[in-house]
Amino acid sequence: MADLLPEHPAFLWHNPDPKPSYDAVIVGGGGHGLATAYFLAKNHGMTNIAVLEKGWLAGGNMARNTTIIRSNYLWDESAAIYEHALKLWEVLPEELEYDFLFSQRGVMNLAHTLGDVRESMRRVGANQLNGVDAEWLDPKQVKELCPILNINDNIRYPVMGATYQPRAGIAKHDHVAWAFARKCDELGVDIIQNCEVTGFVKDGNRVTGVKTNRGTINTEKVGLCAAGHSSVLAEMAGFRLPIQSHPLQALVSELHEPVHPTVVMSNHVHVYVSQAHKGELVMGAGVDSYNGYGQRGSFHVIEHQMAAAVELFPIFARAHVLRTWGGIVDTTLDASPIVGTTPVDNMFVNCGWGTGGFKGTPAAGLTFAHTIATGTPHELNKPFALERFETGALIDEHGAAAVAH
Amino acid sequence: MLLISCPNCGSRDETEFHYGGQAHVAYPENPNELNDREWAEFLFYRDNTKGAFAERWLHSTGCRQWFNMLRDTVTYEIQAIYPMGAPRPDKAAPAPESGTASTAPDSTTTGTAAPSIAATSLATSTAPASTTAPEGATK
Ligand SMILES: Cc1cc2nc3c(=O)[nH]c(=O)nc-3n(C[C@H](O)[C@H](O)[C@H](O)COP(=O)(O)OP(=O)(O)OC[C@H]3O[C@@H](n4cnc5c(N)ncnc54)[C@H](O)[C@@H]3O)c2cc1C
Ligand SMILES: [Zn+2]
Repeated sequence: MADLLPEHPAFLWHNPDPKPSYDAVIVGGGGHGLATAYFLAKNHGMTNIAVLEKGWLAGGNMARNTTIIRSNYLWDESAAIYEHALKLWEVLPEELEYDFLFSQRGVMNLAHTLGDVRESMRRVGANQLNGVDAEWLDPKQVKELCPILNINDNIRYPVMGATYQPRAGIAKHDHVAWAFARKCDELGVDIIQNCEVTGFVKDGNRVTGVKTNRGTINTEKVGLCAAGHSSVLAEMAGFRLPIQSHPLQALVSELHEPVHPTVVMSNHVHVYVSQAHKGELVMGAGVDSYNGYGQRGSFHVIEHQMAAAVELFPIFARAHVLRTWGGIVDTTLDASPIVGTTPVDNMFVNCGWGTGGFKGTPAAGLTFAHTIATGTPHELNKPFALERFETGALIDEHGAAAVAH
Repeated sequence: MLLISCPNCGSRDETEFHYGGQAHVAYPENPNELNDREWAEFLFYRDNTKGAFAERWLHSTGCRQWFNMLRDTVTYEIQAIYPMGAPRPDKAAPAPESGTASTAPDSTTTGTAAPSIAATSLATSTAPASTTAPEGATK
């Protein structure tokens, strides 16, 4: 039988009206905004703060992602921050006193070409040097771990092996948001929904307040955690971000008995699949090519990923698509996030996590809180500063991040 | 799936096209004089407009020609399709007088086979050519 989910909780946070002023305001009540507020309160004693969310709590990408958590990125900078996130995921259920079903069922990244094989083996080597658990599996080992995968060589792109990270997995994203929100509320953070930031108040180059549909709120500091809308907010504040927002879709099937024991991703044929705790097959693939702020994309993108899924998993051929949806992801040219200071004094930005920022939530929150509280980078987010686009110190993670996840 | 009206081939499925990002980004006129900040702007910074956005598309499995499109990034509605090199139709300066309206778009996108695009085009021919920055976009 599929796992039972925890009961839906009663109200976990209050819905206060905005106060006239705060020590810090976080814009965006998704996972990153909530995690940032939590660590600001917990690690830096900043409790006179608010999270402003234009819609409902965690109704953006936090509610729309496919919850894959892993840390097997290529470069040192990425491995460091994603691995730190993974270590936090391992302790957060206890720390937040909330079991959000973090299931370390492992993640496989398939290789289908010689180029894939070389790149994958290189990444396994890099991961091991960085203390990230990673191994290379040959097709037989792939089949042992995931018996429903088709490893025959009579398909267009046969499976030539895979990287495997045993500690990776999935979690219940909405419960993660609620877990952070409840703790924030307990620590005195105001979580304010239906509060859209429409502009900023500045004194010279220093931000001193935010304008919202519920009035102007004064604040010492502003932290932007607005994912797909980051450049819209930056523009309001008077600076640019090297971000392009794209629709990213995902879908689920109806409920099935447990058939898929791990998470399988394929950059090359372009699909990834896991089976949610309740039993749905959860699938996703790439972004729609064009810029878009609609939370929907084109059907041909879904058709393409279904074709890939059915070739890799013949038993899915008779499953049905139950629901599809889209989010708005904030992509950068090097497929790495942007975290740090901005050209506006006392305004900080955490964005560009694109198609894969759910897994980074705890580390984004922890390090961004440090940056907001101290005004300086955290050791782990320092390489991800906006300046890298000027210095040229890009962190090219297209290899590890090429399938949206 | 967008239904895109190629200026040369007519209405085709989005899957025949390739997206080319923001339109009207000119190659720096004096590359040697750019500092790092300016290079960063040229290489990595593009507008990310919420609303009407001018962008390039390539009809990659059709005529293999580039063209510009004005599209709403929220509704995805295609508001205009116009040739490379022509100014953005919704920002075009009003035509000074009739008779000067030739925009001299790059010759590759014009041709006798082109169907009328009047229905999807806002005034593609109302600005003098001299106001348009040269674009290094057809690659
Ligand atoms: C289909 C899909 C699948 C994905 N799969 C994965 C995956 O498997 N693994 C993974 O690691 N990542 C995945 N991601 C990426 C991940 O969801 C995001 O990187 C991450 O959620 C972004 O951080 P967030 O939770 O804070 O964003 P969001 O939840 O989008 O939070 C941003 C919030 O800001 C609010 N906001 C915007 N503008 C304003 C304003 N003016 N005023 C007030 N509030 C504002 C929005 O309403 C929103 O709630 C996926 C994304 C999508 C769309
Ligand atoms: Zn054509």
